[in-house]
Amino acid sequence: MAWLGHFNYWIVVILMMIGFYAVIARGNMVKKIMGLNLFQTSVFIMFISAGKIIGGSTPVLREGVTVYSNPLPHVLILTAIVVGVATTATGLALAVRIREAYGTIEDDELVDPANQRPGETRLDGHAGKGDTPR
Amino acid sequence: MRTNGILRVIARFLIPLIMLFGLYIQFHGEYSPGGGFQAGVVFAAAWILFALIYGLDAALAVISQRAQFVLACLGALLYAFVGLLGVMLGGRFLDFRPLLESPQAAQQAGIIAVEFGVGVTVAACSMLFFTFFARRKREIDAVEAGGAD
Amino acid sequence: MNVVEWLPFSVLVPLIAAPVCALLPGRTAPWLLAWLSALVSLLIMAIALPLLWQGQVSYPFGNWPPPIGIEYRVDAANGLVALLVAAVAGFVLPWARIINNFEVPERQGIFYALFLLSFAGLMGITLTGDAFNVFVFLEISALSTYALIAHGQDRRALLASFRYLIIGTVGATFLLIGIGFLYMMTGTLNMADLAERLPEVRDTSTVRASLAFILVGLGLKLALFPLHLWLPNAYTFAPNFITTFLAATATKVALYVMLRFVFTVFGYDYSFVALPLTGLLLTLAIAGMFAGSWVAMFQQNLKRMLAYSSVAQVGYMVLGIALATSAGLTAGMLHLFNHALMKGALFMALGTLFWRVGSVRLDDLAGIGREMPWTMTAFALAGLSLIGVPLTAGFVSKWYLIVAAMEAGQAWLVILIVITSLMAIYYVWRVIEAAWFSAAPETRTPVSEAPLSLLIPLYVVVAANFWFGIDTRLSVGGAEAAARALLGGSP
Repeated sequence: MAWLGHFNYWIVVILMMIGFYAVIARGNMVKKIMGLNLFQTSVFIMFISAGKIIGGSTPVLREGVTVYSNPLPHVLILTAIVVGVATTATGLALAVRIREAYGTIEDDELVDPANQRPGETRLDGHAGKGDTPR
Repeated sequence: MRTNGILRVIARFLIPLIMLFGLYIQFHGEYSPGGGFQAGVVFAAAWILFALIYGLDAALAVISQRAQFVLACLGALLYAFVGLLGVMLGGRFLDFRPLLESPQAAQQAGIIAVEFGVGVTVAACSMLFFTFFARRKREIDAVEAGGAD
Repeated sequence: MNVVEWLPFSVLVPLIAAPVCALLPGRTAPWLLAWLSALVSLLIMAIALPLLWQGQVSYPFGNWPPPIGIEYRVDAANGLVALLVAAVAGFVLPWARIINNFEVPERQGIFYALFLLSFAGLMGITLTGDAFNVFVFLEISALSTYALIAHGQDRRALLASFRYLIIGTVGATFLLIGIGFLYMMTGTLNMADLAERLPEVRDTSTVRASLAFILVGLGLKLALFPLHLWLPNAYTFAPNFITTFLAATATKVALYVMLRFVFTVFGYDYSFVALPLTGLLLTLAIAGMFAGSWVAMFQQNLKRMLAYSSVAQVGYMVLGIALATSAGLTAGMLHLFNHALMKGALFMALGTLFWRVGSVRLDDLAGIGREMPWTMTAFALAGLSLIGVPLTAGFVSKWYLIVAAMEAGQAWLVILIVITSLMAIYYVWRVIEAAWFSAAPETRTPVSEAPLSLLIPLYVVVAANFWFGIDTRLSVGGAEAAARALLGGSP
């Protein structure tokens, strides 16, 4: 039953599809961001579980150990996690600004033609009040 | 939450421990699991716990928003400076070998310095995330009150 | 002084300048720092380019030798693209100062810091020789771009930025999955090392899936049809400086990464002989050309019209690349270079018009040619380059594209190129006719011409269109060297 040995990849695929479905099919912006997070997390699990060597110990150099697990995927995923955190923060900040500018973060209400008119982006009323041309 | 006794006692006990743990992860990064990113986030989590229990104003009195922003920039600049130090001493960018005499000590020193810069930046940025989101409502109310006058 | 030792500084100078810029107060200091950083990068790449035409150079970071450490590996292909990105930044920033003072008046320190991060990210993607480093710099430039687009004055900029964030992050994650599969099969991330180790494991479904994920991920970043849906809104609602910079650089860099993976890492035999990549890319390129040009013909908002035109132009570039011959690759790289000049000039002219008039809609801009003749002339000249009139850069790239198509025996492609050029004539003529031959709307107050500080940078870029239409040593020579480097085989 080789497929049972690949159970980590099955988990990756299931999480990835759940996350991807949330990104595509959910209209609420925060749900999209959460789906994106889930999608990215599944990729992280794929990398890290692929780095584990059966019978290998933690990759810290010490006496009496011959087989180490691969430390490189951990370093790569650490960077990717930080990227994911930054993306989530940016997405949430945009969601907050959209809520302020439009009053809603639901896709169905946002594509309403009434909301398609241009409007002020800044609540402090400073939009477009820069140096006016002479 | 300031008035809740249980939360205050536990927080007073836990926050220094969390910060100590953050520092432990930071400085063990160069020979065991750890390093800048994880340590920065744990350190910021301690500050956020403080902000949740004692209120945002008390937390901002500890590290103001401007200080967080400046620290974030300075951490990145520390990383860049250590890298440039390698170039100035004759090697390539991020080359730690010219820094000290013995190669092992040089790599250790370089990694600790660089990871410290990363830790400072990550901690400051995580605190900034919390600060910006938490202050938004107050800013909007102030603008609307000012506009209504 | 060995220029190779200074090569990574074309990435490092803007990267280090970004946190410094974020701390600077006021408006002039951040702009000046941004411009100086761009000029330093431009200088380094300009000095390095002749060296790169002779062979590739490598800069290992931290002195760790390549497969162990991360290296910057630069040859004629990424040298040309890096020079282009730095040149766009260096020449558009002088124009951008007044424009940004009008559109983004506050917190310019942070705005220019984000711009420097985006610029450094694009340069880093171009110069690196490590596959994961591509992902990291791609995310650096993408995240700062999302924030920059959200600075637009219209609130729809926020929606456009959010949509771009979702689509862009999915694309970058697909790229990460592809790189992960490659790492799992070969154990290395260095692109040259991957090229050596891939042939043994080529016929596994993992490597095929890896190529598929990488193509889709980069296709999302590159706005390859049908993955281009984020582009029109993002370009339309972003601040004009950001639109100009992105239109001239972001998709080009993503195209270069696709070339690097398809030709260097996977290799010509695998991508084009063993797999039907030619047919796939050709279909998508033609669909993009037609869809982009067709929709552009009906747009009232001129920024949106030029955005759809960009989708069509990406189609031209991918057309040349899909032919996978030396001539086709030269044509693709040449159009990559020339399109940056064309779109840069067009968006700069539009930005100047917006600065005076306050709108980029065709009906609001009627009759503007009589009030702002110099700006509209610049737009018209750049439009001629977009159409492909002889003596302009656009003609040179269309010529090479047609020659490549005929050499590959696909003469029917020439007809398609001509048809889409006719569509381009239509949508450029619409603007010229409205600007000079229509009456001004009553609602618009008369405006005067733009000042010299805006016109001079604009005309420098417009003149570049004509310069590179006549003296093609840099553009064609660079494209040919790039094609040789990509097809030549040895990584």
